[in-house]
Amino acid sequence: MAIDVQSATGLAEAAMPSEATALPERVLMKGNEAIAEAAIQAGCDAYFGYPITPQAEILEWMARRMPEVGRVFVQAESELAAINMALGAAATGARVLVSSSSPGISLMAEGMSYMAGSEVPVVLVDIMRGGPGLGSIGPSQSDYFQIVKGHGHGDYRTPVLAPASIAEAIELVADAFELAERYRTPVVILADGTLGQAMEPVVPAYRLPPRQDFDWAANGAAGRRPRVVRSLHLKPEDLEAHNEHLQAKYRAIEAAEVRWTGELLDDAELVIVAYGTAARVARTAIRRAREGGLRAGLFRPISLWPFPTAPLAAVANRVRGILTVELSSGQMVEDVRLAVEGRTPVAFHGRTGGMVPSPDEVLASLRRLWAVTDPVDGERRRPRRSARWVPPQHPQHPPRLVEEESDVREPALQEVWR
Amino acid sequence: MTAPVAPAPAPDRVIAGRPALLADRSTHYCPGCGHGVVHRLLAELLGELGLAERTIAVAPVGCSVFAYDYIDVDWVEAPHGRAPAVATGVRRVRPEAFVLMYQGDGDLAAIGTAEIIHAAARGERITAVFVNNGIYGMTGGQMAPTTLLGQKTTSSPTGRDERTTGAPIPITEMLAILPGVAYAARGTLADAPSVGRLRAMLKRAMEVQLKDGGFAIVEVLANCPVGWGMTAQESIDHLKVVAETYPTGVIVDRLKAAPKPVPVEA
Repeated sequence: MAIDVQSATGLAEAAMPSEATALPERVLMKGNEAIAEAAIQAGCDAYFGYPITPQAEILEWMARRMPEVGRVFVQAESELAAINMALGAAATGARVLVSSSSPGISLMAEGMSYMAGSEVPVVLVDIMRGGPGLGSIGPSQSDYFQIVKGHGHGDYRTPVLAPASIAEAIELVADAFELAERYRTPVVILADGTLGQAMEPVVPAYRLPPRQDFDWAANGAAGRRPRVVRSLHLKPEDLEAHNEHLQAKYRAIEAAEVRWTGELLDDAELVIVAYGTAARVARTAIRRAREGGLRAGLFRPISLWPFPTAPLAAVANRVRGILTVELSSGQMVEDVRLAVEGRTPVAFHGRTGGMVPSPDEVLASLRRLWAVTDPVDGERRRPRRSARWVPPQHPQHPPRLVEEESDVREPALQEVWR
Repeated sequence: MTAPVAPAPAPDRVIAGRPALLADRSTHYCPGCGHGVVHRLLAELLGELGLAERTIAVAPVGCSVFAYDYIDVDWVEAPHGRAPAVATGVRRVRPEAFVLMYQGDGDLAAIGTAEIIHAAARGERITAVFVNNGIYGMTGGQMAPTTLLGQKTTSSPTGRDERTTGAPIPITEMLAILPGVAYAARGTLADAPSVGRLRAMLKRAMEVQLKDGGFAIVEVLANCPVGWGMTAQESIDHLKVVAETYPTGVIVDRLKAAPKPVPVEA
C-alpha cells in the first residue's frame, strides 16, 4: 500500500510552523525513534525509562542522543523508579519524557496518580502491546481503559493523544509537552506497537514549545518562600477543595482540547470510528467500500480524553450506522456509544492479542452493518430494533450476525455484496 | 483564685533557640517522638552550611511525610518508598541543588528497597536521612522489616518470630558495601552525647554531597513511644536495647579512606 503521509496524518491543514531544527527533507523514520527525537527537539530536559518491547528504541535513542545534547538520561531499575524519577525531575520544573509499554505502564500507574494529584507536568509515551499479563509483544489497543479511564487511584483525568502515523506522532509529542505545562498535568501519547515499530517516510515537523516560568516548581527557595510539591491533603475540606480545583481544570481541558479528524464524512452512510493503527486499516476498508458503492467515512479521535463526544454525536445524527474498529475486544466503543446515545446503531469489530484486522475483514463488517440498518431519513432516525449486532467471538472472523428478521435483509445484502 | 503573674523578664543572653529554618509551629508528632530532634538537627545544619536556598528535599510516606511543614526549604513529596527515585530525578536535572532525602524504615527498608539500593549503587549525590524506629508508626504500629526479634507489634502480636518473618534487616550495612556509597553511619537518639555524635554524622553526610563524593546515608535509631507502648523515657532508654541489634558508629567513609595519590617518578 502506498502511503500518503500528508493525508495519513489528517493534520496537514493544521500543521504548525516548526521553530526547531526541522530536517527539510523527507526521511525514513521508525516510530519509536521519531517520538524520541521529537521530544529532544521539543526541549525535553530529561528522559527516564526501562527496557520493554515494543518501545525499547525510545530508550536506546535517548541513551545515545540525550548525552550528546547535554541533557539527562537515566535507565531506571524499574518502571516504578522511572516514573518517580520523572516526578522528581518535573517537580523542579524540568521538561520530562517517560516511555513504556503496557506491563510497564501498570507499574507506572502509581506515579501517574501522584503526578495528577501534585499537578506535575510529564509526558508519558505508551506503546501498547497485547495483554493481559505478560501477553505478547504484538501491537494492541487493549489498554484504552487503563490509559483513558485512569491508570492509578483517585478522581483524576489525563489528556491522551493518539497518533495514527509517525508524522503525526512527531507533532503530538510537542503538543503534549505544551498541554502538560499549560494545565500542569501528565499527558499520555497512546500508540500501539505498530506505530512504534513501523518505519514511514516523514517530513519531521519538530517544534519547540515556549518555556514558561513556573511559579510552583521546587527548584530551591532563593529569595522566595519555600514551595512544596505534594498530593497529600489530610483535611477532608482541603482535599475536596483540591479535587474541585482539579475538576475545574479538567472541564477547561474538555472545553478547549478536543481533537479529532474526519475523512469522507460529508456523504457517508456508514462511519468507522477508529484511532491509531486501527484507523489506518479503516481507511483502506473505506476506500474499498466506496469502490464497491458503499459510501463510508472515517471519524478518527486524536484526543481520546477529552473524547470528541459532541462532534461524534453530530455525525451520528446523519448516518445509518457506526462501526468502531479497535485492536481490542471493545474498549473505546463504550465512549462511542456514550457519545452516540442511541442516535444510530453502533457495531464493533476488533482483533486482540497482537492481531491486526485486515481491511477486508473490516469491509465485511461494514457491509453487514449496512445490511442491518435503515437508510437515513433526513435528520430523523428510527433505530432498527430487529437487528442485534453480536461482537465477534474468537476464533470467528469476521464477526457473525444474529439475524432476527431475515425477510427484509436479503435484498439489502444482495445490493451491498454486488 | 490565682493572682496575675508578670511575664518572665526577657533573657539578657540567648544560649539556645529555634533554628531559623525550623518552622515556628506545633508538629503532629506524638509526645516523645524522635522525629522532632532529627528535624531540629537538619534545620540547624542546613542553616549552618548555608544550604537553605538551594536545598530541594524529598519527603517520604509515613509519620515524617509532614517534614515539609516543619523545615522551611523546597520539598517534593514522594510516593511510599520511592523517595530515592524522586530524589534521583531532582538530582539529575538540578546539579546546583543540595538534595536531602528523609525516609522512615517502612519506607526505606520495606516497600522502597529496590529504589534505595539502586540510588545508592548509582552513587547519586544525595544525603539520605533514614529514621529507624522499627515500626510502622503512622498506620498504628505494625511490624516492619526492622522490628526487633520478639518485639510485639499490632501485626506481630506474640512477638516477631524469626522463623516466619525473618530477622531485622541491617540495610545501612548492606548499602555500605556498594562502591557508590561514600558515607554510611548509624547514630542514635539514646542520650545527649549520642545526639551530638549524630549531628556530626549528619553534617559529614551533607559535606560528602557538597564534595561530590557520592551517596551518603545516616541511619537514626529513633524511639516511637506510642508504637512501642512505652512512656517517652522508657522508649528512649529502650534505644540502648535497639543498638544491640543495630550497632552505632560510622560504617564507611570512603572519602576519608581514599588513599593519597602516590607521586609517579619520571
